Amino acid sequence: MSIDLAQFIPTFLEESFEGLEVMESGLLNLDTEDAETINAIFRAAHSIKGGAGTFGFTDITDFTHVVETLMDELRAERRAFTDTLKNLLLSSVDCIRLLLEAARDNTECNDPQVDQVFKQLEMVLAGGEVVLTHADNEKADSTHNLSSENDNLPENVSSAGEINNSGWHIEFKPAQHLLMTGNEPILMMAALAECGEFLVHACTANVPALLDLNPEELFLVWDMDLYSDCDEAVVREVFEWVEDDCELTITPIVDDNRAVNSQSDSLFQEHLADFQNPQGDVPVSVQDEAPVAATITTESVAPEASVSITAAERAEMSSVAKSQDNVRKSQSDAGSIRVGIDKIDGLINRVGELVITQSMLGQVGSELADLEHPAVDRLNDGLLQLERNTRDLQEEVMRIRMLPISFVFNRFPRLVHDVSSQLGKEVELKLSGEQTELDKTVMEKIGDPLLHLVRNALDHGLETPQERVAAGKSECGTLDLNAYHQGGFIIIQIKDDGRGLDTQRIREKALENGLISSDQVLSEADIHDLIFLPGFSTAVEVNGLSGRGVGMDVVRRNIESLGGHVSVTSEAGIGSSFTVTLPLTLAILDGQLIKLQQEAYIIPLVSIVESIWVSAEALNAVAGQGRLFLFRDEYVPVIHLSSLFGFEEYSKDFSSSLMVIVEGGGKKAGLIVDELQGQQQVVIKSLETNYKRVDGFFGATILGNGQVALILDVASLIKMGLDNANKKQPRRHKNNDEAQQMKVRV
Amino acid sequence: MATILVVDDSASLRNMVVFTLKQRGYDVVEAADGQEALSKAREAVCDLVLTDVNMPIMDGILLCSELRKLPSFKFTPILMLTTENSSEMKQKGRAAGATGWLVKPFNPETLLSTLKRVVR
Repeated sequence: MSIDLAQFIPTFLEESFEGLEVMESGLLNLDTEDAETINAIFRAAHSIKGGAGTFGFTDITDFTHVVETLMDELRAERRAFTDTLKNLLLSSVDCIRLLLEAARDNTECNDPQVDQVFKQLEMVLAGGEVVLTHADNEKADSTHNLSSENDNLPENVSSAGEINNSGWHIEFKPAQHLLMTGNEPILMMAALAECGEFLVHACTANVPALLDLNPEELFLVWDMDLYSDCDEAVVREVFEWVEDDCELTITPIVDDNRAVNSQSDSLFQEHLADFQNPQGDVPVSVQDEAPVAATITTESVAPEASVSITAAERAEMSSVAKSQDNVRKSQSDAGSIRVGIDKIDGLINRVGELVITQSMLGQVGSELADLEHPAVDRLNDGLLQLERNTRDLQEEVMRIRMLPISFVFNRFPRLVHDVSSQLGKEVELKLSGEQTELDKTVMEKIGDPLLHLVRNALDHGLETPQERVAAGKSECGTLDLNAYHQGGFIIIQIKDDGRGLDTQRIREKALENGLISSDQVLSEADIHDLIFLPGFSTAVEVNGLSGRGVGMDVVRRNIESLGGHVSVTSEAGIGSSFTVTLPLTLAILDGQLIKLQQEAYIIPLVSIVESIWVSAEALNAVAGQGRLFLFRDEYVPVIHLSSLFGFEEYSKDFSSSLMVIVEGGGKKAGLIVDELQGQQQVVIKSLETNYKRVDGFFGATILGNGQVALILDVASLIKMGLDNANKKQPRRHKNNDEAQQMKVRV
Repeated sequence: MATILVVDDSASLRNMVVFTLKQRGYDVVEAADGQEALSKAREAVCDLVLTDVNMPIMDGILLCSELRKLPSFKFTPILMLTTENSSEMKQKGRAAGATGWLVKPFNPETLLSTLKRVVR
């Protein structure tokens, strides 16, 4: 349960603005060291900070924290209260007000004053006595922006009076190995350029001849003029990490004679480009030709490059920075959006239609391919592009619905903890592949079957600690949940290291329930598979899927209704592993196109085991069981789809037929079809929504030629086929009538 | 956007740093100790390394000198996150090839504004 904090924010803002007034008046009246007033200011700052933290206004928290710390030092008399400190604190109050207003208006406070004051506060806290006395100045004009600040800089500076310099002159001679420390002069200069108007002269006198030049070393020396009211410490901070690797002198600029060489702007850009990549891209195309290199050297040593960043440029830079801020903000806002699932489904539907249109156009294009017309080639090129773009679009749209399987997996740690302690077992749950994505609808429907499998593993698979020790295993059982993608499917494995399936008991139970006959020869895998049969579970079915009493047949049915399947492997004493294979999405399906009497149908690829030619001799008529085909030591029932669907021109001629061996509901069958066509991805249209549920069909799709094709639901078809075979009389299946009607309506 | 390798054994501090960086759009690779960082550094191209000093298995100083041995980390900025601002510490870091240091605790804004000096 989550509480919406937003409702308390207005109150917080109201309190905070009041608190600011307390701080302001307190500071103004604080002439002597009045403990009570200092306490009041401290408390006000403290509650603003606390509230801001709770409501997630981190910028306010951070800012107020520094103020609070400073007030705390004053309160403990570890710091003397001076006028400069008072002014700084007053401008802090202004900054907090700006931040609060921004929070109130749901905007972001981009005022540079905030950062500036914040840095000063930090500097003071760090032990520096230096407090910038122009803070008051700044405060007076809280609406100023960067560019106007720069334009008016000389006036500001001179009127400020307390500042005796208009900037800093910096001589920076880095050690040759500076680049190897990972420091980058160009970035340091960019940092300085943010403080004010910035002029750089690069002195290339020390640069050796090209042949002697080691591109990994630095030979430049820079003279920089920074016209800014920033503190020397700000400049020093930029050079903090290199001060041992360079010769650095920082002197105040007293006079105001600035030479802004605007012509060299382009030069600056060029040099900037050079500096951007100091390690590698020195143009060394000259190779070993010494004379040429020499001429280049003289040229490169020639004049000192003088570059500057003008005010206009700076304004541009800051606006770029601001727009970047905005982009960033909107990005973080747009990091995720909540959209109704119906909108996404609408989109998916629309894209599905687009895919159909595209494949229709594709067919037209291939029909036209024989025509000798120059436009045909262009048409086909365009169609190819359309196909590619449609496919990409479809993938992107499908991805919208994709969620990591952790949404399901996250339920399990708690469940395993609860159930295992209930059962007195020690279980370690290992999750892997939580980030594997699958369709939201599939996810919603797979939760319960997985829950059941996990409970089953805990209940029946894993042993008690005593049993485990007796079996020579560690007391703590392991349950592995793993998910990964394979082809167009997601595979989920639930693996335990418990006792494994007891084949003997399963066989006995199956005999008891009449699922197998006593003379039936079954492989171990066949016996394991019996647990998925309906009627195997002896437990009484309770409500839906409470996790108990529901047989594995329900798990299998649910998974197969999603177009997936589940299987089990097990080894006695070692453990069992259930593997669930699911399609990534319910909207698209990989299908095999087949034809029956000129009608197209789709068999889901996941159900197909093999497609083969069979001769009539291979089909054995067995009394009461229709026809059987010996497929790899296994007799599978043969279902003649034409007959099942009741087409008139039913022929009993089985000689040389095409048979698709399919598997569904734990059974295999051979489907006789007239024609096998291509495999293709089809967009599933729900029969329930567009018509009504029809037994034996999973859904329908529209092919490229506009024809409707029904998608076979293999499991229920096999069931129908077997029922039908027992009646031995081919009859017109009522489903076909319905299907025909539906085709008219779709 | 630049890729930053963040190395810290304290998950909470690492999370804070990672969160801050990701919000600003940086790509982040995480490691909980020097050894892990080194193996990740061999696989991925990093534009900056932020590493704690005191860590189990392999500390930040050793990591730093190991990284400098890799050709792809010759010029890569490596910042040490340290709780002590002593010159001795800085000397040790510098000897190992560190670019600079950040004194803990620091807030996200300081972190980001400092990073601008070494990474684009």
